[in-house]
Amino acid sequence: MILHDLMSYELLRVIWWLLLGILLIGFALTDGFDMGVGALLPFVAKSDVERRIAINTVGPVWEGNQVWFIVGGAAIFAAWPPLYAVSFSGFYLAMFVILAALIVRPVAFKYRSKRDDPRWRSTWDWALFASGALPALLFGVAVGNVIQGVPFRFTDDLHTIYEGVWYMKFIGLLDPFSVLAGVVSLSMLVMHGSAWLTLKAEGIVQTRARAIGSVAALIAVGAYMVAGVWLAVGIEGFRIVGEYVTDGPSNPLHFEVARTSSWLVAYAERPWIAIAPVMGVLGGLLTFLGLRAGRELSTLLVSKFAIFGVISSVGLTMFPFIMPSSSDPQSSLTVWNSSSSHLTLFIMLVSIAIFMPLVLMYTAWVYKVLWGKVTETDVSENSHSVY
Amino acid sequence: MEFGIVELSRLQFAVTAMYHFLFVPLTLGLSILVAIMETVYVMTNRPIWRQMTKFWGMLFGINFALGVATGITMEFQFGMNWSYYSHYVGDIFGAPLAMEGLMAFFLEATFVGLFFFGWDKLSKVAHLVVAWLVAIGSNFSALWILIANGWMQNPVGAEFNPMTMRMEMTDFFAVLFNEVAQAKFVHTVSAGYVTASVFVIGVSAWYLLRSRHVELARRSITVAAAFGLASAFSVVLLGDESGYSATHSQKMKLAAIEAMWETHDAPAPFNLIGFPDQETRETHYAIEIPWAMGLIGTRSLTTEIPGINDLVATAETRIRSGLIAYEALLDVRVHRDETDPAVMATFEEHSADLGFAFLLKKYVDNPLEATEAQIQAAANDTVPTVWPLFWAFRLMVGLGFGFIATMAYFFYRASFKGMNFPRPALHLAVWMIPAPWIAAELGWFVAEYGRQPWTVDGVLPTAMSVSALSMTEVALTLSGFVIFYTILFIVEMGLMLKYIRKGPYQDVTETEAWNKRHTDRLAGRDAFAAPGE
Repeated sequence: MILHDLMSYELLRVIWWLLLGILLIGFALTDGFDMGVGALLPFVAKSDVERRIAINTVGPVWEGNQVWFIVGGAAIFAAWPPLYAVSFSGFYLAMFVILAALIVRPVAFKYRSKRDDPRWRSTWDWALFASGALPALLFGVAVGNVIQGVPFRFTDDLHTIYEGVWYMKFIGLLDPFSVLAGVVSLSMLVMHGSAWLTLKAEGIVQTRARAIGSVAALIAVGAYMVAGVWLAVGIEGFRIVGEYVTDGPSNPLHFEVARTSSWLVAYAERPWIAIAPVMGVLGGLLTFLGLRAGRELSTLLVSKFAIFGVISSVGLTMFPFIMPSSSDPQSSLTVWNSSSSHLTLFIMLVSIAIFMPLVLMYTAWVYKVLWGKVTETDVSENSHSVY
Repeated sequence: MEFGIVELSRLQFAVTAMYHFLFVPLTLGLSILVAIMETVYVMTNRPIWRQMTKFWGMLFGINFALGVATGITMEFQFGMNWSYYSHYVGDIFGAPLAMEGLMAFFLEATFVGLFFFGWDKLSKVAHLVVAWLVAIGSNFSALWILIANGWMQNPVGAEFNPMTMRMEMTDFFAVLFNEVAQAKFVHTVSAGYVTASVFVIGVSAWYLLRSRHVELARRSITVAAAFGLASAFSVVLLGDESGYSATHSQKMKLAAIEAMWETHDAPAPFNLIGFPDQETRETHYAIEIPWAMGLIGTRSLTTEIPGINDLVATAETRIRSGLIAYEALLDVRVHRDETDPAVMATFEEHSADLGFAFLLKKYVDNPLEATEAQIQAAANDTVPTVWPLFWAFRLMVGLGFGFIATMAYFFYRASFKGMNFPRPALHLAVWMIPAPWIAAELGWFVAEYGRQPWTVDGVLPTAMSVSALSMTEVALTLSGFVIFYTILFIVEMGLMLKYIRKGPYQDVTETEAWNKRHTDRLAGRDAFAAPGE
């Protein structure tokens, strides 16, 4: 096959770095509101009917939304195998917790309303709460760790070795900066969930969602700005030193990496990336205003805008680093040393170019069919077919 | 055998994979059966078919939730517990997984919500299309995962790159049209169809034994028996195709399943039963069917099938060749682009055997320092434990023929005896419900245990594939999975049984209105016509 030579290896790597971001953002924008609704469930909905309204706003769509995460994971496997290998095994127990949440959630949705027993239902409601809130928090914690660097190194055979005892690999994740990052992601997704409930629910559920959501929006913006200041003064960055090629074999050991005073030097080198954090802050504030004013569709849109800004700011600031190593900087994973082969990246690009537009088209169609508010009558009249 | 991190990780993978596969076959088959029932509903407009669609669709939904949930574990686990494997073959293995997500998961997951929530929001035809999209999505997912798995059994279209220390794809279409993958795909989905058919027939038989929902149960059996009969033939035929392709791609697995220690003059006999003895490398009390193995495995009377002892000798040769590749690899790694062309040529000549040198890593850190005894031991390691494979395979095949017989019988009664089923047959159908699950699990056991000691046949040993985790971490997650999965299993079975006992939700007004229309219409032409259901 010669077709793949049409695109340079370097270009394909940048495209796949962008696609990685798009898939993660796609996940946060869609499944993000499902997790937000889960985290909000005990607080916005008290009675069984209220709970069923809240659950059924995401009922028909959460399953498709979760696929963004699964495809994101598989795309990392296919396009960035070293990243997949290092991060999934390095964050082992944290991954297990996220996994447990993702296993409980589908089951909780499907099974919750299949028995009338209030204890049965309340158990699954708490499962929905935990399986929404925990991953929302842990994703942020993981990002916080990646920004600071993760303690791993490669052997000559490219086996990954993690430093430290096993429990520190889990508890050690919860350093203050990473917890702050967790607060950003949790409050951001709670904000997003509120925006969704504002659009899809009415009455008391909507009122409560708006009240909690506007507080969450302020926390998200505040915590995000504190994290920015912290990055400027308290956290070292990474950079590649010496001569290197951007289209060479994917082997981290072929690169030299050194620490820098701060990640934020990137903003001096490429000032245009400042647009991302501005989007994040501005979007968060607009969501706050939208929730207060009771705007529905436009609030959801600015909330998406905010999430897009926050997530892309992390990637743009760290570029070309994807997962730096704190204990052995030379092992750090970057866009230039941890991708799949030229051929695989090309084939995957062709398939994503064919299928992603199709996915977006039929997803849009499904949302259109399901357009409109979920009401008390919907839930009571279809009580044997809805969640 | 020493029980270390490799064994513990394998145990976890086996537990989670086999648990996942409790739900997959029913999803594969029931999605299609439900879509067929809905097709009949849309074509005939008879409410009973809508009831059937909704009832079996409900059971499909309960099962589907756990299939999805436990599937996520599988995708995560490669990176979590098998990180060196993920690094080493991700360039090839990751692609079909990503395509599975793009082509299949999005499709089934996006439309499954609409299937349950869209009855009042969609036209009949649109809802039918949704049902078929869910079925197609589920089955596509099986296609991609079996392309990935097929590559582990028969790693085509890839070669080792010394610069990146991993396998890289050289020919995508070779991976896609891997003969092992294609045969496995049809074999596996057919097994799913049989599972769903046995399930539908079993549950319906239970209703008939209690004279409940008789019309629904009879029609369900009729659909399922026809579908199941075709599928049961397909399972056995494609299983045979897998065996045929194994003759050239997975010789050791085939010889182990057969307990064929020595190479036999062609055509080799088939051991119907016997007692394989790993120590002495012979099979006691074997009952042989002459010629059968040669015919099945090679479809000729003259081609020989190599026995285990000869394959071990081949493995030893390949280990020695792999050691030459390994020595050259160390040189290439140091000098990179400035490697002596002669060394590079040596490496390329022997690189196909590199994986065999890695078998020595179990015994020594540096394979080049391996003793003769260690090389011999590594060659012997290429033989999987024979007796479990031998028996699992025979049990699976026996069940496979049993399904053909059962399906043929029910198909005959449904088609030619006016959907009249004798009570003993109904009892048998109920008791048969677990059988297809047993057969499916045995099938996976044969495929995966038979591949040992490799994760990727001839390329990467299992012992090398594992992540650098502590025993405590894996023990924690394994116990977590076991506890968690046990609770979910109890909850799932409880709900399944509850909804089966409760029976279909009958919309009485709708059914009566249809009956009246139907009677009125018939009355115009034939006053004695029986009303519909």
